[in-house]
Amino acid sequence: MKHPITVTVNGNKHTAEVEPRRLLIHFLRDTLFLTGPHSGCETSLCGACTVALDGLAVKSCAVFAVQCDGRDIVTIEGIANKGSLHSVQQCFWEEHGLQCGFCTPGMIMASRQLIERNPDPTDTEIRHALEGNLCRCTGYQHIVTAVRAAAALERK
Amino acid sequence: MIPQEFEYAAPATLQAALELLADPGARPLAGGMSLVPLMKLRLAAPEKLVDLRLISSLKSIRREGAVLHIGAMVTHYELESAPLIRQECPLLAAAAAAIGDVQIRNSGTIGGSVAHADPAADYPAALLALEARVQLTGPTGEREMTFEDFVLDTFTTALEPGELVTAIVVPIEAPGTGVHYQKHPQPASGFPMVGVAVRVRRENGLISFARVGVTGLSGKGYRARAVEERLIGGAASDVEIKEAASVVAAGVEASADIHASAVYRAQLARVATVRAIRASLPHAH
Amino acid sequence: MSTVTTETPTYVGKRIKRKEDPRMITGTATYLDDIKLPNMHFAAIVRSPYAAARVDRIDAAAALALPGVVAVFTGADLDDVGNVPCGVTLPGLRIPPHAILAQGRVYFAGHPVAVVVANDPYRARDAAELVEVDYTPQPGIADPEKALEPGAPAVHPEWPDNVAFVHKQENGDVDIAFAEAEVIVKQRMLQPRVVANPMEARGAIGDYRSAEGTLTLHSSTQIPHLLRSIAAAVLGVPEHKMRVIAPEVGGGFGCKADVYAEELLVCFLSRKLGKPVKWVEGRREHFQATSQGRGHVDYYELAAKKDGTILGIKLKIIQDIGSHQQLTTPLIPTLSVLMLPGLYRCKTFRAEVVGAFTNCFPTDAYRGAGRPEATYGIERIVDCLAVELGMDAAEIRLKNFIEPQEFPFATGTGLIYDSGSYAATLGIALDTVGYAALREEQRAARAAGRLMGIGIATYGEICGFGPSPYTPAGGWESATVRIEPSGQVTVHTGISPHGQGEETTFAQIAADELGVSMDDVVIVHGDTAIVQYGIGTFGSRGTAVGGTAMFLAIEELKKKIMKYGAMLLETEDVQWVAGRVVCNKTGASVTVAQIAAASYRALKLPPGSEPGLVATSFWEPANFTFPFGAHIVVTDVDPDTGDVKITRYVAVDDCGKIINPLIVAGQIHGGIAQGIGQALYEQMVYDENGQILSGEFTDYVMPKAANIPFIESHHTETPSPVNPLGVKGVGEAGAIGAPPAIVNSVVDALSHLGIRHLDMPLTPEKVWTAIQGSRA
Repeated sequence: MKHPITVTVNGNKHTAEVEPRRLLIHFLRDTLFLTGPHSGCETSLCGACTVALDGLAVKSCAVFAVQCDGRDIVTIEGIANKGSLHSVQQCFWEEHGLQCGFCTPGMIMASRQLIERNPDPTDTEIRHALEGNLCRCTGYQHIVTAVRAAAALERK
Repeated sequence: MIPQEFEYAAPATLQAALELLADPGARPLAGGMSLVPLMKLRLAAPEKLVDLRLISSLKSIRREGAVLHIGAMVTHYELESAPLIRQECPLLAAAAAAIGDVQIRNSGTIGGSVAHADPAADYPAALLALEARVQLTGPTGEREMTFEDFVLDTFTTALEPGELVTAIVVPIEAPGTGVHYQKHPQPASGFPMVGVAVRVRRENGLISFARVGVTGLSGKGYRARAVEERLIGGAASDVEIKEAASVVAAGVEASADIHASAVYRAQLARVATVRAIRASLPHAH
Repeated sequence: MSTVTTETPTYVGKRIKRKEDPRMITGTATYLDDIKLPNMHFAAIVRSPYAAARVDRIDAAAALALPGVVAVFTGADLDDVGNVPCGVTLPGLRIPPHAILAQGRVYFAGHPVAVVVANDPYRARDAAELVEVDYTPQPGIADPEKALEPGAPAVHPEWPDNVAFVHKQENGDVDIAFAEAEVIVKQRMLQPRVVANPMEARGAIGDYRSAEGTLTLHSSTQIPHLLRSIAAAVLGVPEHKMRVIAPEVGGGFGCKADVYAEELLVCFLSRKLGKPVKWVEGRREHFQATSQGRGHVDYYELAAKKDGTILGIKLKIIQDIGSHQQLTTPLIPTLSVLMLPGLYRCKTFRAEVVGAFTNCFPTDAYRGAGRPEATYGIERIVDCLAVELGMDAAEIRLKNFIEPQEFPFATGTGLIYDSGSYAATLGIALDTVGYAALREEQRAARAAGRLMGIGIATYGEICGFGPSPYTPAGGWESATVRIEPSGQVTVHTGISPHGQGEETTFAQIAADELGVSMDDVVIVHGDTAIVQYGIGTFGSRGTAVGGTAMFLAIEELKKKIMKYGAMLLETEDVQWVAGRVVCNKTGASVTVAQIAAASYRALKLPPGSEPGLVATSFWEPANFTFPFGAHIVVTDVDPDTGDVKITRYVAVDDCGKIINPLIVAGQIHGGIAQGIGQALYEQMVYDENGQILSGEFTDYVMPKAANIPFIESHHTETPSPVNPLGVKGVGEAGAIGAPPAIVNSVVDALSHLGIRHLDMPLTPEKVWTAIQGSRA
């Protein structure tokens, strides 16, 4: 039996009927055509699916769409401000914080959460804050540089 | 990867939730960080999920005399970051901060974790050392018991059918209590292979109070009373600490898996105990 | 008329941010699972829970009864499909038939037994759970060494010895070398299976149109053209009617340079059902049914003089093949033999590779593909020799290194190393890490009971795959460079990048060569209908081979450009200056854009010239390239837990000419991270029958940000003489240097306890147990 839900995603209100078991990531990708969040594992460890739910970074593969009724979601597609890249996006680009790009949307969303909570993180704090996001390509070093740079940019 | 079908309800009150949970095929949904992955692997397939997120009475953290009353739906992130918890029950904040990763802590709840009774969860070490209590609410009303009595075995608790964990009650830490949570994480999952939580107080240079909680080592967490007894009354020198810690795994059947044998896990328990005691001592006076 | 760019490059050598990134950082790149085709259906595969079993009965009735389910197929239905191919020929190679769905028997846990197609992926998964399969389990074998013992369960009944092939190679008089040796060291070494685990697992969409007889296969692949040729043959589709499209590919590391049952399966399904069919690999499926790396049991013997001179090397490799041969499975360990002597001048060796069948999915190329295995072995055994002789680890290497004046150097294994400065590079690493001071610090640490280790690994590696006689399907690469009428440039490259950044680095090269802005160059790849035949991206060949093909096509174009320029300027006395053809006498010039417009408008053509500005080059390299480097790793071992902490990581890598230092650094970091993973964390674990025990990220340890130390990355630039760019390749270097440097470091930390070797991964328990054992 389908449930009606109303969710605000990247500032746009959407109403839909969903099966309770429909995972948020599939609702975003297949119903709303927001394919930025990616599915990289089945055990909620890789973090490629990370989105912001009511301002909190969550793994959209471990949340049902029905749990999001009445709530506010931001995906990677929604963090730029009217075409102007978010500082995390900008710094990932400047510092080569990505290679294949598959982990990147989730990595950026998690990094954004970190900077919101900790405006001047140390490298250790950055690496700890990204425990929920796996990257196989970069070895994380340029990601750490990018996050530090983004934090500095945000502090300006 | 895809759960089986189920029905869903998100009641606004505790009463409504209990009514829905009277159905034997219904299970509560808290943060979902334990339940949803299990459902995706089809290791759990409840017919109905009762989402507790709209029940505001389950979200509160409040001081009640000498204790803190923590609603079951309070998240790990809230416990890790709330000034009230960090000041008044720092051991609980430390255990919460050690759980999983940022995303999991943003969603996962203490009530959900406690009800799930994973033998490799972080909270049990702290809750045992804190002598925490669990508040249960069911069709017949409210009851309370120690966390130690609440967890019966691996994934098995004293919850009766239709009953919910509604609150966790922890003591407000007396000033001069040194606390520390020492965890050796399983490197893939992040769960504790072993986690040891310690609370100590000193009087006239001697240990006057010691509580040691252990998680991850075996099928359920436990209070290492043998360690506590050896510490109390002693000066907690390096030698005494090692000697006390040496019995932390005595008589306990340590788990074994591809990440740690029983022998190694017991070693980790001893090491974690030593390090937790050492780290808590500077704040104990 | 000069066509060579002699001015200071604007782009090459500079740190330039990537053209790929805008789509990736905004979540608008299109990976395989992002593709939606009209009427697309979804495949869910039913896989065997057993590693070895007979399939007795399959009943799909309940599955077919679910709404939305269109079909269920089993191995009995594959009338018009051939087998998963192996592209390697070796004497005596045994290639078990590998159907795309099991034929009455399963050979590895996860072997596809049936496939369900439904109109929704959730329904497809529901239906797959309802397919009933009866198995009779049989004993299986997962350990390749045990598989070769008499009495082991036969993976394939027709080959009870479980031998997939034997490959031997030798040079010089090994027996004399060992007889005359003053010291011989021996060591058995394990290099367990590791799983590539790109963050995007595999996926494929088959789209067959019966009216035209055309087949489009979208696949997350590293080798679109090879995949097309092979799949067309296996499916009986004419090659010219098949198209393969690699969309954005989220990492590969070699595991996507293959041809898989599932890629063929979606084509089969689409043809059968008349609809596009998508299959997306779940992470668990990746552990079950994607090729894995390494899988060696190595027996090394090193003969030497007391002064450390290596006289001879003996190596027996038992290669865990798995149950079948994937595309290049048996090739990989033969590459280890080629690289056996490392950077040392010893040419005397005897090597034997025995491929062992096991009830696990096949091994195949994984970052380095055979060369990390060889480097690990030689660097470990050389360290063992150093310990035996009481010689310093750096000193023994310097003693045996090939020296700069010896290049090009013909190895005993049949390779010709192009260029190198091994001692200089090691010297830089030693200076950077402060080696002498570190050894002092180690002495003090040991006295204080601390376990501190310093590990050195020097590596050489075969890259820029490669001269075609040495590759299974050709090793050349292609490029078509098109200057449009506007003067903007389109490059079609036959390589297939999946994170390596050639859309940027190739644009840098092309822009410099043509004197245009990088913004005016676009690099196109991955679609066989658009791009001329190419070999693909693997073996660190993208820039070395593919970039060279592009460079040579541009050289062709520049000749034409000069002719047009001379014609338009009405003089032969012209030269090329930064994107213009300039009249030497008057200084008058025409731009590439003006020439392009003129060439397409064709009002007047230079004698012997055609209109248009397009050139294609297929470039066959005369040799591999040979990057090299030195990694030094300092570790601290916790004696109470066995935890290994890397306190310093210094890498000095020589990849020849550096096109973009940002991208080169990223490749080094990423390779080292995978090497750290292999050395300390990663291992594919099976029980003795082949049951998977580490089949999800909850059990297979993937390095996280906190597990990787800060890497001090330095470079030397010794240009390769093999290609005009001077590029050697960098994609695999980190994964090659890291494991031996780390293991050497940890063994060094424990050497005063009498520990001589530890196998990867150096889990804390393994290290702690060794320390306990040494104190017993």
